[in-house]
Amino acid sequence: MRKPNRPGAAASIRHTSPMADTPTGHRRRAHTRTRDIERYAGLFAERTGVMRSSAMRDLMAITARPEVISLAGGLPDTSTFPPQTFAAQMTRIAQTSAAEALQYGPTEGFEETVDCILQVMGAEGMLPDPEDVIVTTGGQQAIDLVTKTLIDPGDVVVCEAPTYPGAVPVFCSYQAEVVQIECDEDGMRIDLLDETLAGLDSEGRRPKFVYSVPSFQNPAGVSMSIERRTRLVELARRREMLVVEDNPYGLLRFGGEPLPPLYQLDGGDFVIYVGTFSKILSPGIRLGWAVAPPPVMEKIVLGKQASDLCTSTLTQYFVREYFAEGNWRQYVESLCAIYRKRRDTMVEALAEHFPPEATWTDPEGGLFIWATLPDYIDTGDLLARALRDDVAFVPGQAAYVDGRGASSMRLNFSGVDEEEIREGVRRIGNVIREQVDLYATLTGEAVGASPGTPGREAEDVPAVDARSDSSASISDSPGTNPNDPSQGDVLPFRKAQ
Amino acid sequence: MKVAVLKGGKSLERGVSLRSGARVEDALKRLGHETLAVDAGADLVARLLADRPEVAFVAMHGRGGEDGTAQELLEILGIRFTGPGVAACALCMDKALAKHAMRAAGVPTPDWFAINRVALRELGAGEALVELEQRLGFPLVVKPSRGGSALGVRFAAGPSEVPSALVSAFSYDDRVLLERHVEGRELAVSVLGSEALPIVEAIPTGGDSYDFEARYEIGRTRFECPALLEEADATAVTEAALAAYKALECSGFSRVDLILGEDGPQVLEVNAIPGLTDTSLLPQAAEAAGLSFEQLVERILALSLETAAAT
Repeated sequence: MRKPNRPGAAASIRHTSPMADTPTGHRRRAHTRTRDIERYAGLFAERTGVMRSSAMRDLMAITARPEVISLAGGLPDTSTFPPQTFAAQMTRIAQTSAAEALQYGPTEGFEETVDCILQVMGAEGMLPDPEDVIVTTGGQQAIDLVTKTLIDPGDVVVCEAPTYPGAVPVFCSYQAEVVQIECDEDGMRIDLLDETLAGLDSEGRRPKFVYSVPSFQNPAGVSMSIERRTRLVELARRREMLVVEDNPYGLLRFGGEPLPPLYQLDGGDFVIYVGTFSKILSPGIRLGWAVAPPPVMEKIVLGKQASDLCTSTLTQYFVREYFAEGNWRQYVESLCAIYRKRRDTMVEALAEHFPPEATWTDPEGGLFIWATLPDYIDTGDLLARALRDDVAFVPGQAAYVDGRGASSMRLNFSGVDEEEIREGVRRIGNVIREQVDLYATLTGEAVGASPGTPGREAEDVPAVDARSDSSASISDSPGTNPNDPSQGDVLPFRKAQ
Repeated sequence: MKVAVLKGGKSLERGVSLRSGARVEDALKRLGHETLAVDAGADLVARLLADRPEVAFVAMHGRGGEDGTAQELLEILGIRFTGPGVAACALCMDKALAKHAMRAAGVPTPDWFAINRVALRELGAGEALVELEQRLGFPLVVKPSRGGSALGVRFAAGPSEVPSALVSAFSYDDRVLLERHVEGRELAVSVLGSEALPIVEAIPTGGDSYDFEARYEIGRTRFECPALLEEADATAVTEAALAAYKALECSGFSRVDLILGEDGPQVLEVNAIPGLTDTSLLPQAAEAAGLSFEQLVERILALSLETAAAT
């Protein structure tokens, strides 16, 4: 499909001939007619039926307006990377290895890049065999290649609920059936995973892999406890099932004790590891990696060859130069210091501006906080309202495949400064308050319930119970069943403070 | 001719508008016009004053562009523009007002009540909900009075679903409509000048209702054009659409959305400036009438000049 927006195309008068040449001399294709569109649609592969863009994408287009404070992004802050370092490294590459840096490279990636990867993994206690590593175009490609290697249409992929919104389209594009397992503040509920797997067994189905972001999860910000990590790895081993561990944020810890990655616990037999330089250096260089046992890796390499032959040589040279300076860990530390302050600011602002009915996570690292509102609030609609006040977040539904998460939202604290975080949370808090008051007016419930009333949750009480005293049971969207507890039982996290 | 294409803006339908605008711009170029693409923002007036287009093609949807705001500015600046005038836009944009106007003119439209935030907050209108529900019956459709593309539209099967549906709808506007749900076929009649184009029927392929995503994505909704209807039905639908177009004082072009239920056609709303994207209904209807997209754009442009000449 054509992109809705052509950047740069909007703001100039064009003196044009009937041939509709653009000023740069490109010829624009005459627009497709309805019949052409149908003809293309007839040619689409079946899997494109589940590749969906969404209404949210259009709403998200508005978040790009400069006046909008966007807590919707997932962007690391690249503004503190020293430009002179960048310039010096690129100059060095140009002077010493221009021809090589401009050439194709090996599909697996350069050995020197793998050395850098080993340093990053080593910082979290992992010691993979360099032969098991492939350099990919971002962690996203690693997820894609693993899925491509393992999934046939109809195969089951198990992941967290909520899960990384960017992984869902990958699984869907290979026509996987996605099964989501509830998370709480200790990450994926392994007891529920065990139950689900047993249920699938009885249907004669065996999931190919479990996808997990165990540390500072996107979107929930929670980390899987050591007990659950151990159990998950044991479960995988016993069942000879793979776990795909996606760990972009592991080194972005600014509180609490480090937890061993699943890969370290398992030793790499049943855990496929996905890593990235995006959050510790730059997402713009598109460098990530996968670590997998040799038989799996062999297929991944073939898949990568088919996809794009090799990862950018130029950016691999950049990473090599950058790591040779030996300061990469200091830079990560400096990022952690910035993000810690921003998280603190956001948590403070949430406590000040969000109503007592709301709950949220208090992550010890990563980029995100996950907030859950009373179940009568739909965060997709709330976003539309919030955009009128020039503030944006990601509605929770994006992190689920089954319509759940409609009352939750993901808030990013890494990509905006502290003042904007405070102001953004204040504005969101105001529109939530408006909706809470409206609902109270409509149902006759007391406004501004004091702490201790059912409006305020105790620890570990599912969010759905926040207003269980209401006689009117409300389904927040068509198709959800208000009597099905699992439907509203989204992430019962502890309220901070 | 020097034509400004107004698109984008701050509305929630910005994305759709950018697609409509880009497509119109391409067509205008192929027709040999000089185009000035304007993403409607703070510099809108300045740019129009600086470049003085002869006519403005308004390809904006939702607030700011389809509600008469942009049109009012264009009138002040003395620039002719495509599509309905200020009053018609304002009327179409607000479904509650539009339904009053249609009912007054004898155009069939489903029963409804409108409720606004002030009434809820200051006059205790919440108490009236039960009354209202009893009179309309269930299922109800709850929608923002000013909104587009099915954003914020909810079905309520019973009383317990009404409050959260209202909270959703109030996210988009301070006035919300509760409308009796009419079961039937979803039809759209585009009107060009004073002529109705062939009827389009929207048939959701996934079985889900005709929601925002289905509207703008290829393959999610099947469109039948011309819709397969009994002649009597087709006549009734076309007549209702033209009556609605007239009742709301539309001119140039617009699209009328209807449901054909057991009791004949019921007009849901009139879109003053309907979408002109690849998957939009007006271009499809025009095509079924033998008009290419370029011809459609040229005709809309010509109509804007006629209207201007007549006033």
